[in-house]
Amino acid sequence: MAEVLVYVDHVDGAVRKPTLELLTLARRLGEPVAVALGNGAADTAATLAEHGAVKVLTHDASEYAEYLVVPKVDALQAAYEALSPAAVLVPSSAEGKEIAARLALRIGSGIITDAVDLEAGDEGPVATQSVFAASFTTKSRVIKGTPVITVKPNSAAVEAAPAAGAVEALSVTFSDKATGTKVTGRTPRESTGRPELTEAAIVVSGGRGVNGAENFSIIEALADQLGAAVGASRAAVDAGWYPHTNQVGQTGKSVSPQLYIANGISGAIQHRAGMQTSKTIVAVNKDAEAPIFELVDFGVVGDLFDVVPQLTEEIKTRKG
Amino acid sequence: MSLRIVVTVKYVPDATGDRHFADDLTVDRDDVDGLLSELDEYAVEQALQIAENADDAEVTVLTVGPEDAKDALRKALSMGADKAIHVEDDDLHGTDAIGTSLVLAKAVEKAGYDLVISGMASTDGTMGVVPALVAERLGVPQVTLLSEVSVEDGTVKGRRDGDAASEQLEAQLPAVVSVTDQSGEARYPSFKGIMAAKKKPVQSWDLSDLDIDAEEVGLDGAFTKVEAATERPARTAGTIVKDEGEGGKQLAEFLASQKFI
Ligand SMILES: Cc1cc2nc3c(=O)[nH]c(=O)nc-3n(C[C@H](O)[C@H](O)[C@H](O)COP(=O)(O)OP(=O)(O)OC[C@H]3O[C@@H](n4cnc5c(N)ncnc54)[C@H](O)[C@@H]3O)c2cc1C
Repeated sequence: MAEVLVYVDHVDGAVRKPTLELLTLARRLGEPVAVALGNGAADTAATLAEHGAVKVLTHDASEYAEYLVVPKVDALQAAYEALSPAAVLVPSSAEGKEIAARLALRIGSGIITDAVDLEAGDEGPVATQSVFAASFTTKSRVIKGTPVITVKPNSAAVEAAPAAGAVEALSVTFSDKATGTKVTGRTPRESTGRPELTEAAIVVSGGRGVNGAENFSIIEALADQLGAAVGASRAAVDAGWYPHTNQVGQTGKSVSPQLYIANGISGAIQHRAGMQTSKTIVAVNKDAEAPIFELVDFGVVGDLFDVVPQLTEEIKTRKG
Repeated sequence: MSLRIVVTVKYVPDATGDRHFADDLTVDRDDVDGLLSELDEYAVEQALQIAENADDAEVTVLTVGPEDAKDALRKALSMGADKAIHVEDDDLHGTDAIGTSLVLAKAVEKAGYDLVISGMASTDGTMGVVPALVAERLGVPQVTLLSEVSVEDGTVKGRRDGDAASEQLEAQLPAVVSVTDQSGEARYPSFKGIMAAKKKPVQSWDLSDLDIDAEEVGLDGAFTKVEAATERPARTAGTIVKDEGEGGKQLAEFLASQKFI
């Protein structure tokens, strides 16, 4: 059976959920072989094996943390050359897309980014993408070389599928370009204790209607009752009320949760681009004409300062 | 020595228009008004600021696209760029990211450069991989997705806000940079700028000027193929209630009915 290379996104050995989703998709195309790089690479093996990795290729070197992107491209290329896989799958993070693109160019292949689904086809994998702010769905194929495809978070279920997960050391020789861009400092994000925005099953977002950084506590209180991640519109981020890492939309994160709750957000096309594929959409907005209401399964026309706290209280009561 | 900055810009269909696909499944560019991709305005802005802080610098804007793409160049020139290059060729129709990066890399090399600056992604394709591809082709450092950028003594520095951490980056010129929409508001063209732009030089190059064969680009040269494009069905109209004191409770009832609570 053909092997499918899966690039592992992990933090010091803790595998991030989108990689496990990739393993689900990879199993539709062949036997998943995972590539884990950097600090803690070998610690990823047990989790990857549980989710279907037949092999885990690992390599650690200080270059992965000290230089941008290229060392990882060199390593993924080494894995590609060692295996000649049927496809290469990479999580669709900003960095993942850059790694995938440079690999595709080096190996003479086409690249598809931001797939939301993958199926095996007679002529290779068929990728589903959501384009033009999610107003169209396309089916595409790589027609030259080995398909390199990046996949968005929440595109497939995480499934247990125990496999051998044999750890093998990957041998990597860095190219002379690997050290071109030096990382001279790194400030890790402070953990909020809430789920990762792109991975969360529920996202509660606030927009300009929240009207101040201090008022975001209302949004956070609702999020915490639901175990949700907190999102923000660009208007709220630009006003300095909430960090840019939480921005949902074209130039922020693209999310596809089971439930998206938009509070005080008008629903501009660039915001919709990042949330329109959510399964259930709910909005609270005092303007009945706000375009966000065109998307909702349930909407409340009202003041979020009344509706949101009442909702939070009601959930608390129901949970007992 | 003059610092030579090349800004890559894209002419895109207006995102607020009714964007759709043409019969050959390429992006339809006829029915929706086009404009300079808003995300490339940030690249032009940072290029102008870097040029203003340098002893001697020249900002060239470069686009690959159909005749109308000149509008995007004009806009960038009226913001303050010094000159423009338009790569235009019928054989470019349907070029994908890999092909676009080839054309850009060849054009940047022909123009001569110390620094290439791009936007973080186009507003139509939204892949965000062209700057990395151009860096790979040129064999120079990739310093991408910066929300802060500066150039001093032949070194480019910047801040990249990633998912897990915010990173400080540094590379020697020549290099390829991309900037995000967090890098700073783009200036509006002044009346003087608009008038001046009319006199600024716009060079036109075709594929033969860049030694690129037609088979390497366009739909024929593409590495990927869109096999089907379907409009997403409109979401079925939902329930909308007006809050008359019970809005939060009604919403809770809905969430409970959907098993979210
Ligand atoms: C290139 C580009 C990229 C962009 N990228 C993004 C992006 O990634 N993400 C993004 O979000 N935007 C993005 N935008 C901006 C986008 O166009 C909108 O400006 C932005 O989404 C508006 O945010 P908002 O809905 O919070 O604010 P507004 O549009 O001002 O809407 C605020 C809403 O709050 C409601 N409201 C006010 N007070 C209350 C109250 N007390 N109770 C209830 N409702 C209330 C109002 O009725 C209104 O509908 C981008 C724009 C461009 C040009």
